[in-house]
Amino acid sequence: MSANPTPAVPTAAPLQVDSLVKRYGQTLAVDGISLSLAAGECLGLLGPNGAGKSTLIRAIAGRVIPDSGSIAVFGSPAGSPAARAALGWVPQELAIYPRLTSNENLRSFGRYYGLTGKKLADAVAWCLNWAALEDRAGDLARKLSGGMKRRLNMAAGLIHQPRLVLMDEPTVGVDPQSRNRIFEMIEALRAQGMTIIYTTHYMEEAERLCDRIAIVDHGRIIALDTKDALVKSAFASRSQVLARVDGPPAAVEAWVAERGGRMVDATAQFTVEHPSEIAALLDSASSAGLALVDLSLHRPNLESVFLHLTGRELRD
Amino acid sequence: MITPIVRTAIIALRRDRVSLVLSFVVPIAFFSIFAVIFGGQHDTVPRVKVIVVDEDRSRVSQQLIKGLESDGSMIVFTGPAPTKNQPSPPDYTAATAEAAVKAGDVSVALIVPSGFGNHPISFGPDSANPAPAIQLLNDASDTIAPQMVTGLLQQAAMTAMPEAMAEQGMKYTDKYIGGFTPEQRKTMDANLALMRQHENTQPAGSAAHNGLAGGGIISVHARSVVGENKNNPMISFYAAAIGVMFLLFTASGSSAALLDEAESGALDRVLSSRINMTGLLAGKLVFNILLAFTQLTVMFLWAWDVFKLDFFSHIPGFIVMGLSTAFAVAAFGMLLASVCRTRAQLGALSTLLILVMSAIGGSMFPRYLMPPAMQKAGLWTINAWAIDGFRKVFYYDLPVRDLWPQVSVLLAIGIVLFAIARRIAQRWEYA
Repeated sequence: MSANPTPAVPTAAPLQVDSLVKRYGQTLAVDGISLSLAAGECLGLLGPNGAGKSTLIRAIAGRVIPDSGSIAVFGSPAGSPAARAALGWVPQELAIYPRLTSNENLRSFGRYYGLTGKKLADAVAWCLNWAALEDRAGDLARKLSGGMKRRLNMAAGLIHQPRLVLMDEPTVGVDPQSRNRIFEMIEALRAQGMTIIYTTHYMEEAERLCDRIAIVDHGRIIALDTKDALVKSAFASRSQVLARVDGPPAAVEAWVAERGGRMVDATAQFTVEHPSEIAALLDSASSAGLALVDLSLHRPNLESVFLHLTGRELRD
Repeated sequence: MITPIVRTAIIALRRDRVSLVLSFVVPIAFFSIFAVIFGGQHDTVPRVKVIVVDEDRSRVSQQLIKGLESDGSMIVFTGPAPTKNQPSPPDYTAATAEAAVKAGDVSVALIVPSGFGNHPISFGPDSANPAPAIQLLNDASDTIAPQMVTGLLQQAAMTAMPEAMAEQGMKYTDKYIGGFTPEQRKTMDANLALMRQHENTQPAGSAAHNGLAGGGIISVHARSVVGENKNNPMISFYAAAIGVMFLLFTASGSSAALLDEAESGALDRVLSSRINMTGLLAGKLVFNILLAFTQLTVMFLWAWDVFKLDFFSHIPGFIVMGLSTAFAVAAFGMLLASVCRTRAQLGALSTLLILVMSAIGGSMFPRYLMPPAMQKAGLWTINAWAIDGFRKVFYYDLPVRDLWPQVSVLLAIGIVLFAIARRIAQRWEYA
């Protein structure tokens, strides 16, 4: 197997998913997802736990057999030798050998992809450098810090120099400093023109790293576009007003309902076309006998989009 | 303070069915196995297999053999079991009987010599007219069977040969008592003196060692035809017996890595590379074979160094049996790992199976001393075939070609277990 495999169809898109369906018993994990990736693009899959992101990723990696639909990686069916060679997979779990050193882990996974000799040595050196683990190459994986283990986990997915990388929540459980380090690693890949699918339930990660974002919920992609386009399509030029008021709960709820807002975490949320509408909001609160505690005006973000589209918060 | 701790532990144990099984089923299973071996619940007195060769073919020798055959403590063979190619095989000869003892088919063979019918019994040493001694060929590793057979032989002589007894008695009466002439008195005194002298010079219990077994009315000459030169016949037995048991534990422990990898996601990652499940399992099987073979080698080298086992003159047989055993054991480990969902399950199931297999299969107690039903049950275990094979190599000094039954069975076990493991491992292939 070559470290730089020739795609089955040279001009094929890095990834083409059509009407993918996967059931586990009564649970519909993936419900007719279709998507396509352009070369060098980074697509974010944003959704809460259980939305179907990981099942989609595992299906693309050839580890889940869909009930219907098709997946092509550079024109080759998912799971085929050509697709496997072209694909790098960074699973959510720390899928490394704890009793092997960083260097030995990378060498092992490299050999699994058929790398030998100088190609293997070069690939290991590149990965150690990319993951900033050169000085920890001889350390046992189980002795590394949480962030280092995550980086080694990522490096092992890139050892065979794939052209499409699937990253399944690579920052789970790491501290902010390590997370930044991981972002830098991904940005370095992007600079090299790597095509990436990045799943997360942290919107700030999707906003920072991804060209386009697919919002996934209940096994379906409910929106897919750039961040700005998603916000624009959901809110146009509107803004969000967040207000906390003091008063009887029934009166607060009645006021929010009357003004077309919703309660989220004891905060009233309203969408306004223009900031001038805020005065009318406050007047109505006062009329309802409610005292204003604090108030803020927000430009909508991905979290707002998710809430707008699903009626739920991203991290429910 | 104590109650909440106890309550929590009880709830945890109740939810951990595997531990419950370990706590209750394993001891009961073990107790039952040893109760069957030693407890005499059924027909549990081991019957000694004896080959009898009648070179005399007299009425007396036939009576003696009939007497032996009618004894419930022995299974008497006068000829090999018929086969397809040889429906009525010829009776054993002294040579083929000796070969059968050497091959471990039986522990004891009796050769009734020609002329036995003329002088079947003697009531004391008769240097002028010695009774022809029955040859008892035995396997030195079984110290019980020859003594048992010698006793039964004397019993058979007393009960199955009344005419011979009477005839011989009359001869003795005529010879030693009739007339009591001074000459007869002289002869009798001389014989009594000889008997006394013989009793005084023979330490108690030394008869068997000197080849004269029993000291009864039938003269028996015992000879170990196998194991007589072994410095300790049980060393090779226990090297194999204990070795195989721990090989099974090692293989199941080593295979547990598969479960760890499945849990950590490493298995998924490996299977998303160019390695498929068959390749992955085969790789782990080869590793387990090498590990098991190395473990066996170390064990036998230790036996050679410390217990003077004759290792280096049995290298080819050791390699053949070692690799066959390692293969079967490694496949067993792979099957256990593929069946179990967690390490805890694997630990419990492997402990249960390995201890039961080791008890039945002869790793804890020699199978040839077990009741026939248990001996048969043992043939369902890897232990029994492996131990039999190693005994053939190290104890019976048989050539490699004679290992074919054990090697065939062990290889077949390995292939079948690995095939089942591969099939069950499909659950890891795709979701």
